[in-house]
Amino acid sequence: MKRETFITLLLMALLFGAAFHGKTGDEPFIITLATKAAIFAIAGVGLNLALGYGGLVSFGHAAFFGIGGYAAGIIASAARNYAPVMTWPMEIAGSTSMPVIWLAAIVAAMITAIPIGIFSLRTGGVYFIMITLAFAQMLYYFAVSWPAYGGEDGLSFYVRNEALGLNMMDPWTYFAVCFGVLAVVLALMAVLVRSRFGLALEMARQNPQRLTASGIRPFNVRLTAFVISAMITGLAGALYADLNRFVSPSMLSWHTSGEIMVFVILGGVARLGGPVAGACLYLLLEEVLGDVTDYWQVLLGIVLLLVVLFARGGLVGLLAGRRAAHD
Amino acid sequence: MSAALVFEQLLNGLQFGVMLFVMAAGLTLVFGVMGLINLAHGSLYMLGAFACAAVAAATGSFMLGLAASLAAAAIAGVLVEVLIIRHLYARDHLDQVIATFALILVFTEGTRWAFGSFPLYLTLPDALSGSVALPGGITYPLFRLLIIGVGLGIAGGLFLLVNRTRLGMRIRAGESDREMIAALGVDIGKLYTIVFALGAALAGLAGALVGSVQAVQIGMGEPVLILAFVVIVVGGIGSITGAFIGAVLVGLTDTLGRFLLPQAFGLIMDASSATSVGSALASMLIYVLMALVLVFKPTGLFGKPA
Repeated sequence: MKRETFITLLLMALLFGAAFHGKTGDEPFIITLATKAAIFAIAGVGLNLALGYGGLVSFGHAAFFGIGGYAAGIIASAARNYAPVMTWPMEIAGSTSMPVIWLAAIVAAMITAIPIGIFSLRTGGVYFIMITLAFAQMLYYFAVSWPAYGGEDGLSFYVRNEALGLNMMDPWTYFAVCFGVLAVVLALMAVLVRSRFGLALEMARQNPQRLTASGIRPFNVRLTAFVISAMITGLAGALYADLNRFVSPSMLSWHTSGEIMVFVILGGVARLGGPVAGACLYLLLEEVLGDVTDYWQVLLGIVLLLVVLFARGGLVGLLAGRRAAHD
Repeated sequence: MSAALVFEQLLNGLQFGVMLFVMAAGLTLVFGVMGLINLAHGSLYMLGAFACAAVAAATGSFMLGLAASLAAAAIAGVLVEVLIIRHLYARDHLDQVIATFALILVFTEGTRWAFGSFPLYLTLPDALSGSVALPGGITYPLFRLLIIGVGLGIAGGLFLLVNRTRLGMRIRAGESDREMIAALGVDIGKLYTIVFALGAALAGLAGALVGSVQAVQIGMGEPVLILAFVVIVVGGIGSITGAFIGAVLVGLTDTLGRFLLPQAFGLIMDASSATSVGSALASMLIYVLMALVLVFKPTGLFGKPA
């Protein structure tokens, strides 16, 4: 087994162990924290495909996280109010079934990501960073000023959605669902990056001319990666909405984009388990530093600076040894 | 809708635009010369506003406050450049984004720790407050006119600085070939620090000026930072002229959009839904502008072709 695979499995085991510890010790807070880590990790795995493997530094993934969240919120609250989600061009009823909501979130993220990707991928480098950021801000301001779905106040639904007749309000059950989704997403990602497509994406990052010469348009490969990446992050958004039973524009804010990016960087760019490590480490830092001072973000900022300046490659990079640089 | 009202909105748009320019000028210079994307530029804007509010409250002099905003932001700029930013020039944009994102966290929470979470308000001196009557029967706040004047003055000053002085020559040389000007004996490290401090001071001044019209509060820098990004993307990264044109375009589009769109929708729907649809679309308008510019010119209006 490759060292990196081993580390990914170990991280997953640690996350599961932490939640299990919360279950046996009857500390639902720990379970919820682990659930949050699993969801953030899914969002990070999504971003990692674009940012890490594809070299597309998207600073706007909050757009997809928020779109997924709003898809979940809108469909669930429509079902609870017995109102249709939309009436034109066809009538679509609400639903409280998680699989339906997940599918809707993934499709919504896809539909959003295609035009954003087409526009943003016309440019590169620093322009790409700023444009993805700007598109996410556009959706953020739209969500703030559009009153139908709560505007600035957000949208709450009081009970988690349903799947397989499980009691989702039980923290452990919901953790298990999110953990399961994370495991599936990681497995898919492992297959994807080793596939023909994954190799093409790698080459689009390292040497687009060579990829063109081998008969593949880099633009198509990049757009596909960007859209898949957005779909995974959108799924994470739907899970997050269900965790909190609440969605608000803050899910779309640029701060969220930055956080998802931080998960990837802290854990290790273009590493399978990187986002898992990063999300766990981030939440752990938040807890530990939050106990030290109310202004814990100052300390978080300093830790981040130290990581960027001195520990490139993130946590997985430290553990698994350095690989080829990520640019 | 009278002509006077439209003219007033045009002035508001221009005022917004020139302030965006003062903010964006530093961002675009730092990117053009050092190749650095600096998210913490908005923090320097906030810092300037807080320095102005604190000094104006302590001394009672608004002018001293403005001077303090320039000085505080410039000093913070030098410190940040020497301690952190300097190590990022050779890194890829991803590292720069994360490091400057971390700086925002430090600045934002540090300011909250020092000043608390409540917004501060600046009182303008009597000589600067009040309104003036413009030809055509329009009264317009004097201070906003002054902001337009200061912004245009800074634009002219920067243009002269970059195109007519020795420092400007070095800045332009640094943009096109940094190894060569280092080989010619220019202390490139010092040049970078000066450019960064200049951009920081301008951001601080913009923060103080806008803060005196609105409020001085935590997180005030971030929306402006993102607008400044839109400005320099529209104008072309690295170009001062582009930043100016982009800033005025963005300022006018945003202000006129917020003013005209709800009225336009009012013609086809009832008043309350026209307001909500109109203002929701108006808040997206500048991003539509940016997307349109990029469709036709992927490197912005005045950007060098990639």
